[in-house]
Amino acid sequence: MEQTHHRRRKALNACMQGFTCLCAFLVVAPLCLVFYHVLKSGIGSLNWAFFTQLPKPVGEMGGGMANAIVGTFELLGLAALLGVPVGVLGGIFLSEYGSVRLNWAIRLGADVLNGVPSIIWGMVVYALVVVPLKRFSALAGGIVLGTIMIPLIMRTTEEVLRLVPNGYREAALALGIPQWRTVLQIVVRTALKGIVTGVLLALARVAGETAPLLFTAFGNRYWNHHLSDPIAALPLQIFNYAISPYEDWHRQAWAGALVLLFFVAAVNVGVRVLTRDKFAQSR
Amino acid sequence: MLMTADQEQGRLPGPGITPKPAAPREKAATDPGTSLPAVSTRDLSIFFDDHQVLKRVSLDVPARSVTAIIGPSGCGKSTFLRAINRMHDLVPSARIEGQIRLFGEDIHGAHVEPVQVRRRVGMVFQKSNPFPTMSIADNVTVGLRLNGLRKRSLLAQRMEQALVMAALFEEVKDRLNAPAVSLSGGQQQRLCIARALAVQPEVLLMDEPASALDPLATAKIEDLILELKKDYTIVIVTHNMQQAARISEDTAFFYLGELIEFGSTSKLFTSPSKKQTEDYVTGRFG
Amino acid sequence: MNAVTEPLRPATASPVAAGAVADRLFKGVTLLMALSVFVLIVLIGYELAHQSTLALRKFGWHFLTSSDWDPVSEQFGALPFIFGTLVSSGIALCIAVPLSIATAVFLTEIAPYWLRQILTIFIELLAAVPSVILGLWGVFVMVPWLREHLFPWLRGTLGFLPLFTGPIYGVSMLAGGIIIAIMVLPIITSVSREILRSVPNLQREAAYALGATKWEVTRIAVLSYAKRGLFGAIILGLGRALGETMAVTMVIGNRPQIVASLFAPGYTLASVIANEFTEATSDVYLNSLFEIGLVLLGVTVLVNALAQLLLKAFAGLSNQTQR
Repeated sequence: MEQTHHRRRKALNACMQGFTCLCAFLVVAPLCLVFYHVLKSGIGSLNWAFFTQLPKPVGEMGGGMANAIVGTFELLGLAALLGVPVGVLGGIFLSEYGSVRLNWAIRLGADVLNGVPSIIWGMVVYALVVVPLKRFSALAGGIVLGTIMIPLIMRTTEEVLRLVPNGYREAALALGIPQWRTVLQIVVRTALKGIVTGVLLALARVAGETAPLLFTAFGNRYWNHHLSDPIAALPLQIFNYAISPYEDWHRQAWAGALVLLFFVAAVNVGVRVLTRDKFAQSR
Repeated sequence: MLMTADQEQGRLPGPGITPKPAAPREKAATDPGTSLPAVSTRDLSIFFDDHQVLKRVSLDVPARSVTAIIGPSGCGKSTFLRAINRMHDLVPSARIEGQIRLFGEDIHGAHVEPVQVRRRVGMVFQKSNPFPTMSIADNVTVGLRLNGLRKRSLLAQRMEQALVMAALFEEVKDRLNAPAVSLSGGQQQRLCIARALAVQPEVLLMDEPASALDPLATAKIEDLILELKKDYTIVIVTHNMQQAARISEDTAFFYLGELIEFGSTSKLFTSPSKKQTEDYVTGRFG
Repeated sequence: MNAVTEPLRPATASPVAAGAVADRLFKGVTLLMALSVFVLIVLIGYELAHQSTLALRKFGWHFLTSSDWDPVSEQFGALPFIFGTLVSSGIALCIAVPLSIATAVFLTEIAPYWLRQILTIFIELLAAVPSVILGLWGVFVMVPWLREHLFPWLRGTLGFLPLFTGPIYGVSMLAGGIIIAIMVLPIITSVSREILRSVPNLQREAAYALGATKWEVTRIAVLSYAKRGLFGAIILGLGRALGETMAVTMVIGNRPQIVASLFAPGYTLASVIANEFTEATSDVYLNSLFEIGLVLLGVTVLVNALAQLLLKAFAGLSNQTQR
């Protein structure tokens, strides 16, 4: 009797282990499928023209996404100008200064902001920037991406700074170094790798954002020359082409997706490789 | 369940070791004779990657008595203890050489599974670890339910028995459904002992069970052990030499992974044969 | 030689006062930056409310219960979108939660070390895939496959349920649910994994010592211990699902209707904003879209707050049992 029960327990054990293994591969499968299809459908359309030419008028074959690629980088630059200083300095405050209560409230606020859908950010910046200026603009696009980055970078910076052992701070202060110098030159410098990692990951994350750009940057079939003009961006272009009825545009959407995916994947993997912890836990 | 002649002689009756769920009182009648050591190791060596933690330890733990294992930190006491219930199977870098026998049966035999060994050898840890999401009652019966015991009346009976044996029943009988974490540290440890006793193991391993407890709670645990040794074989690792002297019949002294000396407690503490043992018990190092 | 010791002169001659000013300045700057969080929260709430005043005044509570979405007659009701968001997120959770938690168990309890590393990288990469790319794959690869294979099969085997009746277009509520599931798999898996990792090893050992099999150890010592935290992870996934915009918009069909069939196209709160915002012709129209944004904001903030509460409660239990 006990033998059969024991055998049943063994069987259940093996079953559950197999089931969880299956689930793990099911979770990984969509990624592989997406990568495969983006590679398959996009690689054929990647040519010199794609990277250097502007989109052709509707109906004409060919053209490229040069303006969208440049536009994305331009927007990322603007976003970084806003998001990095505010985020990093805010993170420094959370880790080095403040009171328990205030910091708890700020942290809660940052977490709330991190949970706000990005399209809502787009609506708010539309109301605050696009409407007064009466036009869609690169500035608005940069601002919305930057504000999305602020709470992200704030939390990652704080977490990385907290890992710096208190002993470093105490040693510096005991030597008579003023606190602001201690924080900047010792604590931040020690945690610099982690802070940069957080910034890069935040940039990769907003590089793929489409929804907030729909009504801020709006998109542009030509080069952007002024901050107050609409600007093309890679995810926007991909979206517009994908929902269009033209085969050629679909093809280009795949190519654009390949470029964007490559960029995002490269940053994520690169960051992982750079911060590989040799003494990581085995669990 | 009656034992077959094969089981009585300690031979494997079939694939794997069959657990023997006899009630404590019946044990004396069905034990294959107190001359057979409960746990017996021959040239036991344990490696973690390339680091050798135990060096050819050969030891016979007598049945139905308390055996203490003492020695300074890092001497391999806990490693030795955990080998007896195959806890090292959970560590990928661990490698075991030599033999360990439980009442004559090789616990690393071809058809023997760790689950079966651990069913017969219970363990109490240094830090009490009751399952926090379960009540006191559920904590005690979890081992029984795992083994398929479903009948409520029987579960309740065995639970009460276990709690009585662990000297905890009187204190918790009115709140058996309270969460286990509502007990004090000492009570939680006795709960863990009850949990281990409920499945009626043949050997009970205790890894410094009272080290995290205050003297009052420690005294209760020690009294408990003195009661338990009438029916169970207990192997206890302890940092506290006085504790070893108080409760054990035999003591093993380990140092740097080697078994230096093993013998009756009174002899080991009053006239040890090895100099290292004497140095340790007189406090010259440790 | 000389017994008299001179007072030590500081290497830098900077007076203490100037240092204090610099300190205060720096602290003030960082404080200001940190407070931006509150400024942003207030801005979001205020702007959304302010920009939807017309609609709020015109429709009142009726906005949440009416199914009319008619720009021509300027009648707007959010019910179909609320329905769409809830149903698509619900489907997504039904698919993603079992898969994610099972995967988290696999990663923390079962998989060998080298496999853990590889799988973790894959899952983090999946988390990094932009929504629009998943939507692209969804509309050109997944939807045709659903239309030609999975949906007809579902209709064949489970067609007696009203869920699986009606014409099959491919773009549908179910497609939306599936794509959202793919998007939330990584976050539920990684948060669950962190939670399972933080279950003290001593708990596992207690179960092993009783002679439990690996699955029994997971069930008794790990999963029950982690219940509250896992629930928090699920709610966190829900919060993410509710706000998902681009991928859903591309595969859900974008038709505001409330029907039982999962094969029918649907429409979510986020999708209607994405599709119609730049086309909103009248003030009331735009205001209504803002009000939809307000509803979406309210729901996601509440759900995320609940998730954080659960996660913190779990952290509390963890601390309690590690006295």
